[in-house]
Amino acid sequence: MTAVHEKHLEETYSKTVFGFWSYLMTDCILFGTLFATYLVLHNNTFGGPNAKELFSMPFALTETLILLTSSFTCTLSKLAAYRGDKNKVIAWFAVTFLLGLAFIAMEFNEFSHLVHEGNSWRRSGFLTAFFTLVATHGLHISTGLLWMIILMIPVCRHGLTPVSLKRLTCLRMFWHFLDIVWIFIFTIVYLMGAL
Amino acid sequence: MLGRLSDVYKHDFIEYAAGYSMLIGAIFLIGYLTYKKKWKWLWKEYITSLDPKKIGMMYLVVAMLSLVKGLVDALMMRAQQVLSVGESHGYLASDHFQQLFTAHGTTMIFFVGMGIIFALMNLIVPLQIGARDVAFPFLNAVSFYLYAVGAGLVVLSLVVGEFSGTGWVCYPPLSGLAYNPGVGVDYWIWSVQIAGIGSLLSGLNFFVTIVKMRCPGMTLMKMPIFIWSVLGTLVLILFAFPILTATIGMLTLDRYLDMHFFTPDFGGNPMMYINLIWAWGHPEVYILVLPAFGVFSEIVAVFSQKRLFGYVSMVWALAAITFLSFIVWLHHFFTMGASANANAFFGIMTMLIAVPTGVKLFNWLFTMHRGRVLFTTPMLWFLGFVFIFVIGGMTGVLMSAAPADYQVHNSLFLIAHFHSTIIGAVVFAFFCGLTYWFPKIFGYKLNERLGRYAFWCWMIGFLLAFMPLYFLGLMGATRRLDHYDATTGWQPLFIVAAAGVILISIGFFFQVLQVIVSYRQRKENLDTTGDPWNGRTLEWSIPSPPPEYNFAVIPHVHDIDAFWSMKHERTKHKPPSEVIWEDILMPKNTPLAALIGGFSFLMGFCLIWHIMWLAGLSLAGVIICMVIRLAEKNTEHLISAKEVQRST
Repeated sequence: MTAVHEKHLEETYSKTVFGFWSYLMTDCILFGTLFATYLVLHNNTFGGPNAKELFSMPFALTETLILLTSSFTCTLSKLAAYRGDKNKVIAWFAVTFLLGLAFIAMEFNEFSHLVHEGNSWRRSGFLTAFFTLVATHGLHISTGLLWMIILMIPVCRHGLTPVSLKRLTCLRMFWHFLDIVWIFIFTIVYLMGAL
Repeated sequence: MLGRLSDVYKHDFIEYAAGYSMLIGAIFLIGYLTYKKKWKWLWKEYITSLDPKKIGMMYLVVAMLSLVKGLVDALMMRAQQVLSVGESHGYLASDHFQQLFTAHGTTMIFFVGMGIIFALMNLIVPLQIGARDVAFPFLNAVSFYLYAVGAGLVVLSLVVGEFSGTGWVCYPPLSGLAYNPGVGVDYWIWSVQIAGIGSLLSGLNFFVTIVKMRCPGMTLMKMPIFIWSVLGTLVLILFAFPILTATIGMLTLDRYLDMHFFTPDFGGNPMMYINLIWAWGHPEVYILVLPAFGVFSEIVAVFSQKRLFGYVSMVWALAAITFLSFIVWLHHFFTMGASANANAFFGIMTMLIAVPTGVKLFNWLFTMHRGRVLFTTPMLWFLGFVFIFVIGGMTGVLMSAAPADYQVHNSLFLIAHFHSTIIGAVVFAFFCGLTYWFPKIFGYKLNERLGRYAFWCWMIGFLLAFMPLYFLGLMGATRRLDHYDATTGWQPLFIVAAAGVILISIGFFFQVLQVIVSYRQRKENLDTTGDPWNGRTLEWSIPSPPPEYNFAVIPHVHDIDAFWSMKHERTKHKPPSEVIWEDILMPKNTPLAALIGGFSFLMGFCLIWHIMWLAGLSLAGVIICMVIRLAEKNTEHLISAKEVQRST
């Protein structure tokens, strides 16, 4: 690799990580808009059930713990990446993937439960806002899962190249960001709803 | 299988005319390209190119075509208003009239306004900061195609189906499923959503470009003022466009999945939409106008042959406007009935914006003071801007007082106000900037005489078209009016306004003529020095048009007017022995960005017509294109130091 390529790689790394940070901030505002909407609409139950009647705290707490653990395993993959340990990186991402999948499965379960009881997003303004906020987060998590699969293929094949290290950094930032968003969902939707 | 597309749609004469003229235009263009054997050139030089200079030109083309469309919309509306008085009901059905004003607003803001600021950013930002490219060249191309897809969907609505008739911000409950079950609102939703995502990505890209890629020595307070203004715009884009994405997303869910965000029943809240859309919409106004301020700051210094007066205060004024623009959105609906205190807060914040704007205006005038002012066409556009923008600003401050606003809310007074600011600032700045940077982009100057004709047509046309609207508004004429009573006595003023729009169209015709004539006479007007105006900033230090890599040697900067000080310290040309040439990596062409655009277009179209299986497939197409791009290796090609040295 020539000097110009190395310099290019270095610059790309710094630009990409900074750019991805900026993207996360825009995503933060997107979620902020949905949170604001939820807060405006959360009392508009239109005669239907409210948050207290619908949500189960132990369930939401389990979801939270699963997601937080996945964030931890995601960080362990970073330590492995620093050591250049390809297999550990793949292993920790596999664990993260499974935890993420479990989270999505639980969320899906919760949603289908609500819909079957006749409390779908069509029921009231409150449920509309709830489904949209939580499902947008879920959609992000699903995107993250898809991204993990797409990224692990080149890592398995070619090892930890500078390009895949850069992308893994972005993916981890994405995953931690979604964790933080979930903390807010847990607090505002579930905890405050249970009060 | 074909969703709503299987329904039969009827067209009236005007839609047929629009459809056929577009068809004839397309056939003519395809024929011309085939005859001149230009397809390969178009593919290689533009469609697959990742060069921001080329992408900027494509933005220009789409924005200009959109401007023609928006101008035709305006002409048709004014013609209707001249004719439709008393007994006569004009030549347009009212639902068609509604589509016209909606299409006019949507086109002018999203596809002309945003198009021209992204065109200028692509063309000028890398050159002014001494960079060879933008941060993410591929993303830049994708953003352009998403923008073009949005513009394309609006045009398509002329022929297939109909456009929204709800006004350009699409207020619910009118835009909800109950009152607008047709495809019109969906056309609006998907064209704005897709173009909006393009704008957001572009905003990210240029934000990183300016923060990370300035040449050595260019600290923040040594950036050219145009770059500062663009940075302000980019911050606004990053903060405002996600709100638009989320808000349109919610409207989409209301319409597609029977949700109840903005429905009047089931606990929805239509006023929330109006709050959210203006929480994006007001910053959007400043997204458009800040780069305009930047352009004027550049040219007023160059053509006064003097350093910009009060650079630091200019920067702070920009920052203040950027900040304040986020806390004024409620002034768009004082009449909603928020508490008096809320109205007072937003009213005062709105008035406050006049302060930094006034600072800028005085700085420009002081820059001219005791300068050797050259009254070239760009300078004329600047002076026209000062005159019109002051009127627009004053009426804006007038309306920021909530009680006064109650009187003129939704009247033609408001229309006259925001056209004064948007045409006066954004459109004039664009023509000003285009005349100024034209030799840099294309390598030859524009014809001055025709430029002056165009300017005077626009200037007088503007005054004729919009001054009567102030009076009409005060007399009680509301906006979006397709019929009025003869006893109102408004018709003469509407006729004057229509004459003004015709004069503006003549001005635009002169500009088209100007480009054609200048192209034919390009041999006489070639810019061989790269610095035709005695410029002050880095873009004038390189040849016109610039090579692919912009700067053969990355400059080192130690002044705000970097190139000016280089010229005066005579450090512009180092002796060849001292120059260290280096290898340059530039991105290779790729068709993937255009392909993503194509899939997005198909996806948008299918979502509008509820052909969900194909929409899903197109989304998969977009994702596959992205994965292919991620897997690509060697996306750059190397230009060796020797080649660089040879070509300079």
